[in-house]
Order: sequence, then structure tokens, then C-alpha cells
Amino acid sequence: MYPSRFRYEAPRSLDEAVSLLREGGDDAKVLAGGQSLVPLMKLRFASPELIVDINNLPGLDYEKQDADGTIRIGALRRHASLERSELLKSRQPVMAAAAPLIADPIVRNRGTLVGSLCHADPQGDWASVVTALGGQVVAFGPGGRRTIPITGFVSGPFQNALAPDEIAIEAVIPAPKGTPAGGYLKLERRVGDFATVGVAVALEMSGGTVIRAGIALTGVGGSTISAGEAAQALTGGPLSAQSIAQAADLAAGAANPRTDHRGSAEYKRHMVKTFVARILSRADGGATVAERAA
Amino acid sequence: MTIVYDDTSEDTGSVPIRRIKFTINGKKKIAEVEPRLLLSHLIRRGLELTGTHMGCDTTNCGACTVLVDGKPVKSCTMLAVQVDGHEISTVEGLAGQSELHPLQEGFKQEHGLQCGFCTPGMMMAAKALLDENPSPTEDEVRWALSGNLCRCTGYQNIVKSVLWAAEKLRGSAE
Repeated sequence: MYPSRFRYEAPRSLDEAVSLLREGGDDAKVLAGGQSLVPLMKLRFASPELIVDINNLPGLDYEKQDADGTIRIGALRRHASLERSELLKSRQPVMAAAAPLIADPIVRNRGTLVGSLCHADPQGDWASVVTALGGQVVAFGPGGRRTIPITGFVSGPFQNALAPDEIAIEAVIPAPKGTPAGGYLKLERRVGDFATVGVAVALEMSGGTVIRAGIALTGVGGSTISAGEAAQALTGGPLSAQSIAQAADLAAGAANPRTDHRGSAEYKRHMVKTFVARILSRADGGATVAERAA
Repeated sequence: MTIVYDDTSEDTGSVPIRRIKFTINGKKKIAEVEPRLLLSHLIRRGLELTGTHMGCDTTNCGACTVLVDGKPVKSCTMLAVQVDGHEISTVEGLAGQSELHPLQEGFKQEHGLQCGFCTPGMMMAAKALLDENPSPTEDEVRWALSGNLCRCTGYQNIVKSVLWAAEKLRGSAE
């Protein structure tokens, strides 16, 4: 399979990349890891006329921590680097736990977290993890930088809030105010398949109390789902059998799954409930859970 | 190197061609490619290195796995223009002048293949693993190969082959 014919540019600076995108308008696409875009182009689901390959842009392959504990991940940081990141392991264990669950190890050598957020696949894992953590995306365009909360950035299935001449250059994860706990659980038919169901839970604990909670769901709706009511039910109290059951029910209620070849709607909803309860029941004391289930 | 394409475009505009320089299995090359040419096609059709197989063409199976700057990638999911300035290794680069690479020997010793279609991808993924981790556990081998599908072996002998090669490589390093 070949993609349809396109013009290819590999700019050396962000300004150059942005002016190319401005020239290309709606027919231009940014290429980072290419692990979603290239397959889509081969299947002709996407036929951009201009590809702006950002892999040669300097200074976008990083994960770093600000003085206040905010974590920043550059647009060219690959999943494989995040999987091995000591910084994430110690500061954002939920992200460190989720990284090895993305796609398969070979795809992880190319694919990027920021690219995954931009792709906004309802079955994409990172959008859920970043949503649960209350993250943001930094966009760079002709007017400079702007920061977009992830819940507004993912604007629908395969849709993001970027203007045609903007590039997402960084994901931002706010510093936790308490001890981070939670995790990501993913049900998949085999390694590398899209999630049948994925659940991300990010808690911040202080003295046995949940001071912040985020829960987001993968693959059970038209877009990444933020289960706000479920998170709200946990906030301000300790994790108890009762609060866990309530949050699991509310999260299952927030899911809007469809029956398909990966499972029935009822099954997927049930798995949301099971996964939320499973992560929460192990989270007390600051544990992080990550597992693939098949 | 020339690759001839069918002219299927309806417009009469010029075909964008880019000149790239890269290294493959230690040899420096120059190619002129259309940007939509995939790395797998450059390797198989342009360089006639047909050891790299194309299985699914949809980023699932890993048969087309090659190393780019030492890291395994699925060559059906990377544009050939993107290897400009980079180093590629394919299965043809594994063996020396007169001896098989320990991985190739391991696959032979442990019967790590039946039809052999997935084998080049398996070996390249395993090569990257052993370069990074010379003493992997069985579990680590399984995870490292989890992006490569085999429909014949049930994987058991592939895992054994990689562990055999790891042991041999460790022995020769001592």
C-alpha cells in the first residue's frame, strides 16, 4: 500500500514549520512518530497534500521537571523513552505505569505521547492518562505559545483544538500536591491491539485522604471520557469500600460503549466498573497499578 | 538507484523527488525517492534486500522490522525519506563473511522457525534487545518480541532461540 502523492518538507525550525503549515492550510499534516498517521495515509483515510515532518526540529525530545514539580514532555519524546524514564517513575508513577502498555515495543520506539494526544483516537491510551492527571497541551503558532487544557484539546473523535497553522510542542502535567497513586488498566485482545477498554485513575493522597482525583476512560465512547462525577465522589475523603463502589458505578455510568467485534456494550461497561474498583482498591498507601488484561 | 512507479496521478504536475543519503548494513548509499515511498519498499525494491518481509502492511505483524540507528522500527510505517542521514540494519547485515550471527545459529539450533516469514523481523527485534540487555530473562524476551507475530511456532522455540543466542554472545564476550 502506498500513501497518495504528497509534498514533503522537513523544516529545521519551529518558525519554518509553522509557516509551512500556514501555506498548506487544511491540506497539511504534521508528522512526528507517524505510527497512526502513516497507516491512515496508506489506507487513504488521510491524504494530506503536504507533510511537515518535525523529526528534525531541535529541542523537542525531552521530559523535564520545573522547579515547582510540573512535568513537561516534548513533542518528539517517544513512548520508549517515557517507559524508561526515572523522572516519571519517581514523580508521575501513573504515567510510568501506562507507558509500557502503549501499542507494542517496536511501535513505542517511534510513536510520541504528544502525537497520540493530537491524534485523539477514542481508543488512544495517553489521552485518558493525561486527562486523569489534569494535563495540558502547549501549542505553538504564528501568535506564539498557548496552553490548552487536555479536556478542551481533545475536541472529538480524531479531532483536536489546534488551528491548521499550530503545532503541539509539549504536554504539561501539573505537579501533584499529594502522594500520587492510581494506575492504568487496559483490556486488549493481544499486545498492540487497540484497547477494548482502558481506565486511567490518578489520585493525590494526603494522610489517607484523597485530595485530588481524576478518572478517564479509553475506548468506551466517541471520544476520551472524563468521568468527573466518579472522581468527585472520591475527593475529600478516605478510600473506603463504599466510596470505591460508588466511584466504580459512576464511572461505568459515564461510559458510552458500543457493541463491536471487541465485545458487547454491557461487557465493556462492566469492565470499566471492574477496572476502576481494581485500581482504587490497590491505591491506598500510594500504590500504582498497571496491567494488560486479555 | 532508480525505482520505477506506475503513473497513476491524474494531475500533470511534477512528481516530487528527494535525494537522500543513508547507510545500510555499513554501506553508504544515495537514493532518489518519492516521499510516499515506504522504507520497506526502499529496502526491498530499491536495494533488493528482500530478507525484510512485508506481512500485514498495517503496523501489526512486525515482519518488516529493521533497525534504524540501532532501534527496531516497522519499516512499513516509516517513510523512506525519513532515513536521510540515518543508519539502517537489516537481516542481511547479521551474518559475517563466513559465519552466521549467533541469533541465526540459535534459530537453527532451537528450531525457531517453520515457514520463516516472520523470522527476519524476529531476529532484528531480538538483536536490539540483546544489544541493550545481554542477559534477558525469558519474560523479557517475550515482551521484547510482543510486537512481532508468528503464526507457526507458538513462540516457544523463538524464545528459546533468542536465549540460546544470548548465552552464546555472552560466552564469546568473555
